[in-house]
Amino acid sequence: MTTLTRPEGQASSQDAGAPFLSVRDLYVQFATEDGTVKAVDGLSFDLERGRTLGIVGESGSGKSVTNLAVLGLHNPRNTTISGEIVLDGQELTGASSRTLEKLRGNKMAMIFQDSLTALSPYYTVGRQISEPFRKHTGASKKEGRDRAIEMLRKVGIPQPQTRVDDYPHQFSGGMRQRAMIALALVCDPELLIADEPTTALDVTVQAQILDLLKDLQQETGTAIIFITHDLGVVANVCDDVLVMYAGRCVERGSVREILKTPQHPYAWGLLSSIPRLSASVDVPLQPIKGTPPSLLNPPSGCPFHPRCAFRDQVGGTRCQDERPPLALEHGRGSACHLPAEQKQSIFAERIQPLLGQAG
Amino acid sequence: MLRFLVRRALGAIVILVLISAVTYFLFFALPADPALLSCGKNCGPQEVALIHHNLGLDQPIPVQYWHYMVGLFVGRDMPIGHCDAPCFGFSFANQQPVWDIIKDRYPDTLTLAIMGAAIFLTIGVGLGLISAAKQGKLFDKIASGVSLTGQSVQIYFIGPLAIYVLADQLGWLDHGHDVDWAHNPVGSITGMLLPALVMSVIFWSNYSRQTRSLMVEQLSEEHVRTARAKGMSSRYVFFRYALRGAMGPIVTIFGIDLGSVFGGAIITETTFGLHGIGQLAVQAVLQTDLPLEMGVMLFGATAIVIFNVLIDASYAFIDPRVRLA
Repeated sequence: MTTLTRPEGQASSQDAGAPFLSVRDLYVQFATEDGTVKAVDGLSFDLERGRTLGIVGESGSGKSVTNLAVLGLHNPRNTTISGEIVLDGQELTGASSRTLEKLRGNKMAMIFQDSLTALSPYYTVGRQISEPFRKHTGASKKEGRDRAIEMLRKVGIPQPQTRVDDYPHQFSGGMRQRAMIALALVCDPELLIADEPTTALDVTVQAQILDLLKDLQQETGTAIIFITHDLGVVANVCDDVLVMYAGRCVERGSVREILKTPQHPYAWGLLSSIPRLSASVDVPLQPIKGTPPSLLNPPSGCPFHPRCAFRDQVGGTRCQDERPPLALEHGRGSACHLPAEQKQSIFAERIQPLLGQAG
Repeated sequence: MLRFLVRRALGAIVILVLISAVTYFLFFALPADPALLSCGKNCGPQEVALIHHNLGLDQPIPVQYWHYMVGLFVGRDMPIGHCDAPCFGFSFANQQPVWDIIKDRYPDTLTLAIMGAAIFLTIGVGLGLISAAKQGKLFDKIASGVSLTGQSVQIYFIGPLAIYVLADQLGWLDHGHDVDWAHNPVGSITGMLLPALVMSVIFWSNYSRQTRSLMVEQLSEEHVRTARAKGMSSRYVFFRYALRGAMGPIVTIFGIDLGSVFGGAIITETTFGLHGIGQLAVQAVLQTDLPLEMGVMLFGATAIVIFNVLIDASYAFIDPRVRLA
């Protein structure tokens, strides 16, 4: 079922039956020489067709790792994945590499961040775009090339008939990222994972690429996971947002809820560290104190407690001892020990003035 | 592309001229007088002066060098007789034209080089690829150990060992002897198998290690991950994407090694008693035979320089980024 309309402000889309993509209690661990890195630590989320889920968080919070796990791209030699990833009724964890190969690039595709390194320098853009199309549809070389030209035109590359034979280094950064998108979309995937697709681009190109993705989603009803640390981008494209910290989901909700009334101290920190064009230049930005924790040895209890300015208000050592559950209500909730009323009052009194928005 | 190649070729010629000049002038820094060598025991100053004149050694060194270089291209008339271009002069030791000696010796070197290179490239890259595909598994560990051993042993150690085991005891291979393509083509190949195999050991260990580490590095590259994310099979990704990326450096070291084996393999030739260019070089140095030294040196240098230009040219085929730069 393809939903093109996006319900605003209502996070839980209560479709009949199971969600299109369902991730349950996902754990991803890497064995390294220094020990086990718990890159994703019990993450759950759902995604419906036609909707866009933003995953935000600092570097190393497990955003990309989660999505590489969905595609099954981790090296099985040093990675342990447990939990459930169900795509359209099909279980992906533990699926054979053959099964995954059939799905990758076909039903689920990924746009990578740095198109210069993510595209092979040795093959033409056209060949790289047509490869998955030919593999998944059995098309001929000629049909593959035509499809590549069609895709390049779709993503707005001028003169696609000639540019199709160019190598990636002959493209500009923005064009290369478009080619990367064309590559991901060539088989009309039903799930598209975009891993910081616009981070390396300047803002005008960024806006064009975001519009392009939105248009393509309108057209095909693709479900999109949008990984980013840019909350401006989140506001622009996402329906729902998942805030990740130390491999866990610390807050979930609709984009409006997360950006207007965030509940988790980490989300407050993220929002207060964004510069605003309208803000007075005299008001300093408020960075989150400290650094992201090492995932080799994550903090006990709430992983954010060493950096949290509000842990004293919880009382006792609950933040250090007890892992706060993610209490979801209609798809909205945060993993924090602070009582709901207290979170509201702290946000209204101390955080909102920093954000410069009217209540 | 053509301009690039022409520029590289011109640079190569400059390098060859420099090498020839340095070799030529350095020879005269040696204390030995070549005239005394070809003069026998009771040699008076008069005889020495005559030999000096006959060999052209009575002229100033730059003039000698100039005549030598001109002779390379147009031939020259020497007191000892006429010498056609390319004239490398006459050997001081046995008065034969150097060019004829080299031509006589070259089939050994050429055969050994081609067979050895084919063996070390196949075994080395093959082992490296399998190791990379089976990272951390038993095969990988054994192959790494064998490669390390191969790189640390010396030809004059494994050479006799291989002769004893493979030729004497098992009788699988010939002992190794000079080639004679005109009269005995099959024997030319079988006679060179053992030397080529032994020579390849010190090379292929390098290739297998390099190939393995290049492939491991390539397999973690982002464009390889993209290829996997497209749903391409792991075999396809391994050969079409990872190997493609690893090819540049492999070709580079292969070109360098080819240059050196085509210039003569001194130790292998000596171990197996082959009469190739490497052995000739040793002989020339021992006899302070300047024309022969120059000939062998220029020959080896030319081989190395040619293969270097070929590597540069092949890069354009391997890496499209070079093609257009």
